[in-house]
Amino acid sequence: MAKGTPKPDELSRIDYTPPQKEWMDTPVKLKPGMYCWGAKAKNLQAVGFPNARDWTPADEDWKLPENWEWTVLEGIYDRLKKYRSFQLFLDICVRCGACADKCHFYIGSGDPKNMPVLRAELLRSVYRRHFTFGGKLLGRIAGARKLTLDVLKEWWYYFFQCTECRRCSVFCPYGIDQAEITMMGRELLNLLGLNIDWIQGPVANCYKKGNHLGLEPHTIMSNIEFMLDDIESITGIRIEPSFNRKGAEILFVTPSGDLFADPGTYTCMGYLMLFHELGLDYTWSTYASEGGNFGFFTTNEMAKRLNAKIYAEAKRLGVKWILGGECGHMWRVVHQYMDTWNGPADFLEEPVSPITGTKFENAKTTKMVHIAEFTADLIRHGKLNLDPSRNDHLKVTFHDSCNTSRGMGIFEEPRYIIKNVCNNFYEMPENTIREKTFCCGSGSGLNAGENMELRMRGGLPRANAVKYVHEKYGVNMLANICAIDRAALSTLMDYWVPGVGVTGVHELVANALVMKGEKKRTTNLRGEPLPGVEEEEEEGKEEKEEQGG
Amino acid sequence: MRALFSFIVVIALVAIVFVGVKGANLEFLFGVIIPYAALATFIIGFIYRVVKWGRSPVPFHIPTTCGQQKTLPWIKDSKIENPSTTAGVIARMALEVLVFRSLFRNLKTDLREGPRLAYGSDKWLWLAGLAFHWSFLIIAFRHLRFFMQDVPVVVQWVEGLDSFLQIGAPLLYITDVIIITAVTYLFLRRVYIPQVRYISLAADYFPLFLILGIAISGVLMRYFIKVHVVGVKELAMGLVSFNPTIPEGIGVIFYIHLFLICVLFAYFPFSKLMHMGGVFLSPTRNLANNSRMVRHVNPWNYPVKVHTYEEYEEEFREKMKMAGLPVEKE
Amino acid sequence: MYDGSKIIAGLIVFVGLFTFPFLYNMGKASAKPEPKIDTPVIQQLAEKKCVEPKSFMRAEHMKLLNEWRDSAIRKAKRVYVGAEGKEYTISLQNTCMKCHSNKKKFCDECHNYMAVKPYCWDCHLEPKEKKL
Repeated sequence: MAKGTPKPDELSRIDYTPPQKEWMDTPVKLKPGMYCWGAKAKNLQAVGFPNARDWTPADEDWKLPENWEWTVLEGIYDRLKKYRSFQLFLDICVRCGACADKCHFYIGSGDPKNMPVLRAELLRSVYRRHFTFGGKLLGRIAGARKLTLDVLKEWWYYFFQCTECRRCSVFCPYGIDQAEITMMGRELLNLLGLNIDWIQGPVANCYKKGNHLGLEPHTIMSNIEFMLDDIESITGIRIEPSFNRKGAEILFVTPSGDLFADPGTYTCMGYLMLFHELGLDYTWSTYASEGGNFGFFTTNEMAKRLNAKIYAEAKRLGVKWILGGECGHMWRVVHQYMDTWNGPADFLEEPVSPITGTKFENAKTTKMVHIAEFTADLIRHGKLNLDPSRNDHLKVTFHDSCNTSRGMGIFEEPRYIIKNVCNNFYEMPENTIREKTFCCGSGSGLNAGENMELRMRGGLPRANAVKYVHEKYGVNMLANICAIDRAALSTLMDYWVPGVGVTGVHELVANALVMKGEKKRTTNLRGEPLPGVEEEEEEGKEEKEEQGG
Repeated sequence: MRALFSFIVVIALVAIVFVGVKGANLEFLFGVIIPYAALATFIIGFIYRVVKWGRSPVPFHIPTTCGQQKTLPWIKDSKIENPSTTAGVIARMALEVLVFRSLFRNLKTDLREGPRLAYGSDKWLWLAGLAFHWSFLIIAFRHLRFFMQDVPVVVQWVEGLDSFLQIGAPLLYITDVIIITAVTYLFLRRVYIPQVRYISLAADYFPLFLILGIAISGVLMRYFIKVHVVGVKELAMGLVSFNPTIPEGIGVIFYIHLFLICVLFAYFPFSKLMHMGGVFLSPTRNLANNSRMVRHVNPWNYPVKVHTYEEYEEEFREKMKMAGLPVEKE
Repeated sequence: MYDGSKIIAGLIVFVGLFTFPFLYNMGKASAKPEPKIDTPVIQQLAEKKCVEPKSFMRAEHMKLLNEWRDSAIRKAKRVYVGAEGKEYTISLQNTCMKCHSNKKKFCDECHNYMAVKPYCWDCHLEPKEKKL
């Protein structure tokens, strides 16, 4: 935990009373723990972003370019012409307030500018002043204000306190989506080089090296090699996956987080074991080694530039279709953007499961299938030999990731898988799952260390729902299908609900998967003894002693 | 303050027409010229705004999915909350527009000791919103009797239904009671809920006061300060047949009612009230979740600079060869 | 993706709805109602006066009739004292309709114009009018 992060009992005292002063008269104060470091010059330069320089948000001087106001206003004008969502969402809000207490950051912080409606008003007020007749004429009384440095800083602070989770958009009577406003806000900030380094660093890495973590080709292989060693010692099976192999049937793409750190690596081991068991003709790519897309948290153009690698690599390798791993915003991008940006993928074929023959008709033009869809289909057709009792020490609940929930709608597939590989599954309260799920508090590139207070505040609603099932049913494992969740929720659980672990769904699958020719497993992928094994060993010892005696 | 400002504006509007009609005999201005001008502003302004939205494309396929997607045949998809077909989208939009589906989801978050967050159902905003909008629609529809020589049966049915309680004479309209109650509630929640007060602009109070003014003047006219109602219809018929007349002795309250309506019409296209048209264009609601089945085309999609495989291999070729990875160029 | 045709279709519907009264009345002559009071009984009256002044009756007759009904049926009070102190029997058929025996040209003229359907005749017998 970062230094200075308040303790849970301190942090959970939240005052929801708005200040006496009107919000336009309350200038932004950057509170340490609530924001991230500014993007470094080299990371901005790496992708050709403007105004690349090292800067510190806490400084008075943000080293902005000359005439930055014009740049921003032109940027707004440009985007009004390009995005109906932006123009419409600036125009039609009636400020009913239905979105206010739906935002995890508002619930966790009580800061009124975290109410989605007010976060949008931060930009709307400037739009009114500079782009509408009424705003120009009436000014303040029409809710209009000029673009000033204070306003710009306020934007930066609050557009990086939104995880683009879209929960507000579920409740809005007009479907106004704060994620769209935040995206536009961040695009505008990027015109001035005002990104955060936790986003810009991975973007630069991903652009040059193919993945956010900057893993070079040989490192990817050696990381997977370590996993293969572990798998061998647990199952006795040596798996030999292929990389950058031309002519494979399927290209597999997953977030690089799964290659790097616990508990994501266990999920990755799950993929490797599953594909081996199926004898799947697939390949990894070191060039398109990132499913996630931090470019999506900067600008639409950057997101497209990073995403382009997936189709390009599929084409180069001559695969038939693409399979995607467990990831949240990756799937928002794949599902809703990829084909539009970089399609049509007419060099690929409509995906068909080589194991079951199922045609994935829902992916017939994008030609990319979600691994939960793929695995659910396998289980449904009885293609996997599963022993769910190996997960009997777990009481599992499932966290719906924002992007796959509200930007895709994959709810049943992961649940179906979990129920087939675990015997103890409990849902969190209805208002905190599925389309009403709460964000981990660290999405959209905010899972840094320096903004820990923000993350713990934003994660409170999610954690609180886990705490409920933890106390009621003894839930001790939080399953999910998102790499950022696996990283962020672990920290969140340690803070709010100690005693609850975090896992990817395919880790659970791999633990339950009885592989052909495997040795008797004594531990799960984490090296923890399997349920029942300890007692067996004890009994075995006793028997021996008796015999000896 | 912002509420007070809006209130004063509405009062001033009433005063203007009162003085104009009572003092200066400007019946023709308030009874003919302004109504025509207001309606023209409304229709042209509305079209202008919608066309302006329409000229910006929907570059990406961004429906907010509120239910299970359509995938494998044995998984039941949520055909309306997460539609994959046009029929599903139409049903979703219909629910949204006719019964405010999304607002019906509304919850109230409550932080208790522990900390424990609780989410209670909170339907008041939905109920008041729905009551207000439907009453408004029914009232507007009822008013067709002033604009048609032979009033169609359906208008008479609606009127009969609206007054079926048969209270007083003239019969009390249920919608009159509902709209005033609902608008009052919507105003009070804006003032009493601190968060909502904090975000409210003058532009949020003004339409409420205006509509309240319209409703109250209408109620006064029907039940209390009677006007020469046959004269009102003659005036209305004159307007819609482009043969304007100003019958004698209608009563100033009618001109107040009419003028406030005109202000509403003229103000409409410049305000948040445009949500009436906007909701139909909302890309998070009016798109089918079929973006992996049907390619969504972005008209301004342009080529971007990417880091190609060749550039990548160029940088890492030696390392790749050492690791045993296949390369394109030896 | 613009969906231009859908937007234009929507706008046409919008314009149609909001200009409906104009379209509906196009080419139709609108006739003003002219209620008649030239019944034989009225013509024989020396002083052509109703129970209350004309302006009051025009605006408030429905309210007055309602009060008459309550007075006669609920309180059994059948005497009404007009503004000028003159007494009348509270009775729709024997007082009102005695003079205004021409329901079609008197009551219905405006009621039809305004699409008002008073429920007087739910209970009372409609006066039989001679066809002219």
